[in-house]
Amino acid sequence: MSAFQAVLLRDLRVAFRRWSELAHPLIFFVIVVTLFPLALSPTSSQLREVGVGVLWVATLLSSLLALDGLFRADADDGSLEQMLLSPAPMTITVLAKVTAHALVTLLPLICLVPVSAYTFNIPLAALPTLAVALLLAAPTLSVLVALGAALTVGLRRGGSIVGLLVLPLTAPLLIFGTRATDLSVNGEPTTAPLLFLGALAALAVSLGPLAIAAAVKVGIE
Amino acid sequence: MKLPRWFHQLGSPPYVYRLADRLCPWLGGLGVTLLIIGAYWGLVIAPPDYQQGDSARIIYIHPQTAYIGMMAYVVMAVAAAIGYVWRLKLAHAVAVSAAPIGAWFTFCALFTGSVWGRPTWGTYWQWGDPRIMFEALLLFLFLGYLALRGAFDDRDKADRVTAILAVVGVVNIPIVHFSVEWWNSIHQGPTIFRAGGPAMTNDMLVPFLIMVAAFTLTFYWLLLRRLQAEIIEREGDTRWIRELVAEGAP
Amino acid sequence: MTDRTLLCGRELAVWRGERCLFEQLHFELGPEQLAVLVGANGSGKTTLLRILAGLGLPTAGSATWKGTSIAELAGEERAEIAYRGHHDALKRDMTVVENLAFHSALWGQEQAFEDVLEELKLDHVAHMRARYLSAGQRRRAAMAMLKLQGAKLWLLDEPTTNLDGEGRALLVEWTHRHIAGGGLAVIATHQPDEFAMRGALVIDLS
Repeated sequence: MSAFQAVLLRDLRVAFRRWSELAHPLIFFVIVVTLFPLALSPTSSQLREVGVGVLWVATLLSSLLALDGLFRADADDGSLEQMLLSPAPMTITVLAKVTAHALVTLLPLICLVPVSAYTFNIPLAALPTLAVALLLAAPTLSVLVALGAALTVGLRRGGSIVGLLVLPLTAPLLIFGTRATDLSVNGEPTTAPLLFLGALAALAVSLGPLAIAAAVKVGIE
Repeated sequence: MKLPRWFHQLGSPPYVYRLADRLCPWLGGLGVTLLIIGAYWGLVIAPPDYQQGDSARIIYIHPQTAYIGMMAYVVMAVAAAIGYVWRLKLAHAVAVSAAPIGAWFTFCALFTGSVWGRPTWGTYWQWGDPRIMFEALLLFLFLGYLALRGAFDDRDKADRVTAILAVVGVVNIPIVHFSVEWWNSIHQGPTIFRAGGPAMTNDMLVPFLIMVAAFTLTFYWLLLRRLQAEIIEREGDTRWIRELVAEGAP
Repeated sequence: MTDRTLLCGRELAVWRGERCLFEQLHFELGPEQLAVLVGANGSGKTTLLRILAGLGLPTAGSATWKGTSIAELAGEERAEIAYRGHHDALKRDMTVVENLAFHSALWGQEQAFEDVLEELKLDHVAHMRARYLSAGQRRRAAMAMLKLQGAKLWLLDEPTTNLDGEGRALLVEWTHRHIAGGGLAVIATHQPDEFAMRGALVIDLS
């Protein structure tokens, strides 16, 4: 078993053994998505207009919730240092942890979105594009969230600052993602923003682990 | 990697401090003088824009503050990267000094842009305009850098962690610059750096460039002054600082 | 530095802000040698061990393993150093066996651990989640991970904490066996006599 597989399986195993915590981001998502129509009292066409944006913002915010599981727990019990000291390159280890986080946190969220899209009167025809856009944005989002967690792993009270660091960096995802969805709702071609999302994902996955590994190394010194 | 001597000298705080002392009067003097000349030229002498009238005079301030904000970020990111790779405390000091100045210039860019937007496009703020959004992102990057820095007790750790953040955020700079070309927005396309030469006539171009030079010099003056303060704080109670105080330095 | 020196610390100094923990620290360690690290709390024992493990850089000086700076070690040579700090690196939600298997996979080794678990009297809790073990049992599990790693250099930070008399005796015996078999160890401890053996180097940081 390679180090990547070992870390991935271990993280998945630990996550599922605390499965009640897995539900928190999902519940948060549902609450946020419910709060918006309550606050706005929109008409049904207004719902569609705000719906796309609301869904994306809710996804971004919810993905921040499971941050602690990424590095802090491992830092607290000493496993992170052992991973750093092992012969396995830290970038591979980080990639495995980010993948596990994406599978456990983002994938369920993405599954929730089509259901919520329905409540916002987003036409069914636009749902595939929405799903594809979310899937393309997921790797970048995972990497950015992991970067935020890594930058703050050395802090005793790191929690609140992470949002400040990560959310601005997710702005491009928001812009391209909502654009793709809006275009799809209007029946226009969506290749351009989807390609951008794909390019961002490629960039994030190739360079992100380097930055994350460096941040972890500095953080737990 | 063998580095030239001047590079090592630049890593010596007393040397840099004294160098800054020698450079600052020139930078500050020239910068402020050019600011006054350029402001007077642009706001009084230059002709009003044929479309926008007098409100277009903000072209002598708004784009410049935006450029300087972006330049400040690049200075910060490059200095932080140098500090991280070669473990030079002084490089980290430069990055820390550049951050608040860059944040202020970026804020001014957004503010002056908003002031310009009202008479020109009828709005103080346009959500969804890519250049505004990415410029705001730049401001958040600066604030994030400063916030993260402040959260660490250990200065060495703070230096290196924020260096990573600074380098990751540098991706935003070309995005801000090229955003007007990539997207249709209320911002006009590039006016100066385009094929076929600047689209401005000389009577507007000259004060424009004067203000660019003025703001740049002022930025570096402010940077060096902040850097001196940062050096003193980091070096603390060392011999050369005690000598400095004894000399009666400012 | 003789040909047989493997671990070398030269002019090591650590400053925390304005405070100097230690400076001008020199030592050399070769195969079959033990170094005992003593000093009061806060004297820098943990910091020194972490520097030797590659988890931090000294303010001045250098620490090398087989001639290469420890912070720059990679792959196989990095695997020759084992560090055990105050934490036991056990995931509470995984069983002892699962933890050991993960650790082995991370270090690229496939080894049977039944014998080690038996020696440590952990065989009857091997399939229990780590959160249900006592502190002493978790320490023993950490010892198992150390043994299975097969490293040449052991860096141990107060390893006898939480261990009962039997556990401590076992650890001392393992250390002696490790040294006799050509290994090296640097052990921070409040009881230097415990690990006493001929030719042990004592590094006193107080």
